[in-house]
Amino acid sequence: MKKIKCALIGSGNIGTDLLYKLQRSDILEPVWMVGIDENSEGLARAKELGLKTTAEGIDGLIPHIESDDIKIAFDATSAYVHAANSAKVNAKGVLMIDLTPAAIGPYCVPPVNLSQLDSAGLNVNMVTCGGQATIPMVAAVSRVQAVEYGEIVATVSSKSVGPGTRQNIDEFTRTTSGAVEQIGGAKKGKAIIIINPAEPPLLMRDTIHCLTEEDPDQAAITESVHQMIAEVQQYVPGYTLKNGPVFDGRKVSIFLEVKGLGDYLPTYAGNLDIMTAAAARTAEMFAQQILDGTATNNQQVGVN
Amino acid sequence: MNLQDKKVILHDMSLRDGMHAKQHQISIDQMVAVATGLDQAGIPLIEVTHGDGLGGSSLNYGFPAHTDEAYLSAVVPKMTNAKVSALLIPGIGTVDHLKMAYDHGVSTIRVATHCTEADVSEQHISAARKMGLDTVGFLMMGHMISPEELLAQAKLMESYGANCIYCTDSAGYMLPDDVTQRIGLLRSELANDTEIGFHGHHNLGMSIANSLAAIEAGAKRIDGSVAGLGAGAGNTPLEVFTAVLDRMGADHGIDLYKIMDVAEDLVVPMMDQPIRVDRNSLTLGYAGVYSSFLLFAERAEKKYGVPARDILLELGRMKTVGGQEDMIDDTAMTMAKALQATQA
Repeated sequence: MKKIKCALIGSGNIGTDLLYKLQRSDILEPVWMVGIDENSEGLARAKELGLKTTAEGIDGLIPHIESDDIKIAFDATSAYVHAANSAKVNAKGVLMIDLTPAAIGPYCVPPVNLSQLDSAGLNVNMVTCGGQATIPMVAAVSRVQAVEYGEIVATVSSKSVGPGTRQNIDEFTRTTSGAVEQIGGAKKGKAIIIINPAEPPLLMRDTIHCLTEEDPDQAAITESVHQMIAEVQQYVPGYTLKNGPVFDGRKVSIFLEVKGLGDYLPTYAGNLDIMTAAAARTAEMFAQQILDGTATNNQQVGVN
Repeated sequence: MNLQDKKVILHDMSLRDGMHAKQHQISIDQMVAVATGLDQAGIPLIEVTHGDGLGGSSLNYGFPAHTDEAYLSAVVPKMTNAKVSALLIPGIGTVDHLKMAYDHGVSTIRVATHCTEADVSEQHISAARKMGLDTVGFLMMGHMISPEELLAQAKLMESYGANCIYCTDSAGYMLPDDVTQRIGLLRSELANDTEIGFHGHHNLGMSIANSLAAIEAGAKRIDGSVAGLGAGAGNTPLEVFTAVLDRMGADHGIDLYKIMDVAEDLVVPMMDQPIRVDRNSLTLGYAGVYSSFLLFAERAEKKYGVPARDILLELGRMKTVGGQEDMIDDTAMTMAKALQATQA
């Protein structure tokens, strides 16, 4: 079967984990891994796995885009450089899937809004790991009844948080709270991230609090939450409800644990998994559109 | 111990850490009255805002009676000599909150991280420094790592631009030797012009002794709280500490009678419950648990029928850190389920 060729920009934790997932895809083929440090572990691993690599950053990739028929790029670098990276690949007609919190394109949380997205702007943003883990739950409540306020607390193990996220922590909270509103459907959103250094590392934990405008319909919300969890489990099997939904007046609280597949970092790094799995799922949908000739950006499969 | 003529800067926490004990419900009038009293007593630095710092307003930590903006704009203009500080925990608050605090006349920003995670504070420390603020790096739960590891994190914050580094005993777990080792190493290894501070809690009854040990080992700034109003069994009670420093001949600059009166006439009547070492706050200190978990665990006991002490011990075993208040209800529910299963 024909596969759509992809480039990964950023050879850190997220880029490497994503590489493993793309290698399992039926319709995506990772071809390039882009880094900035010749001696990085991530580039060496990508090379071992048969990818072409460059340590020259995005400019090392651009001359090869047409000749290698790259249609989709993933940016797993940092919010600070994302806009520049995106402009360069977009100029070549390549669709950018943004795994940084830069959020210059529309937010994408697959079980909530994947089917409504189009690739016309050549850039979609995967929000943040905390957003991917929690926004489906906010949406599960808001599709039952109006949510006045949605708040999420994402707790991740210290070992699973790379330097990009650490330098970008404000962008994490801003982007996540923005998407809690826009995609989750809360009128006002807030996001909190906690980094815990315990050994052995803790599994990603996420707590979602919603304030509904009227008294919550407990049965309908509980059913909606369970349905949404099943949806997320299709691509992140370790997405588990620990406690709740708990109802306290108009407050609805949901307590989750996210166990990863252990592709690159061990299973505690569910935050990595949910991000990369969501990005891969999003790219697969667009790849299918390219293969079917229905892509809205007029991307076409090159003639080989 | 000889603290004769040692210069000590006392920093009051009652209107920030005390917000934990008041479930963030201190009124504007109370804030202004206490801050004004402290200013008149000679306290040089007063921290104001939500207990979890700028942007702490949330379902997770509690919605405050008023916004950070409202508290700061009420208190700052009333100060004659005292300066006002604000706490910022990256992951909860952002540089936007920091700018707001600056615009409202805050002179000091304290950027707080868990003691192993200093590298999330670079954005905020460098921004505060660029604004010309007195910029403090505040390493929380400092008992959880060795003095050497704490020093490595302190050096990161110093490299981002912090001009003062705090060793923070958020759980009230440290004993005086723990303080001496940590503060002593920070003092000998950080730059001479970097100030060192200590923030204590009274959960093991050690806050005064620990604060003295900190000064002896080289700390210049000491956090405390008038009448001890703070999370857990409270902070170092400032009127008591002032009297002790007075006896030792230290240079503290505080009017003892005036600060006693603020404690007695203004702060004690505000308390919703006595701030003291009881079995639950003692458990915080004993198990090394973040002090602001106290009231959450007590509420979870009422809701789920699991003793607060047992919940706190379990949170200590899980090595939870500051900010993980959501884990209290979660842990209580999981413990209640396990209890039911064994009884069935």
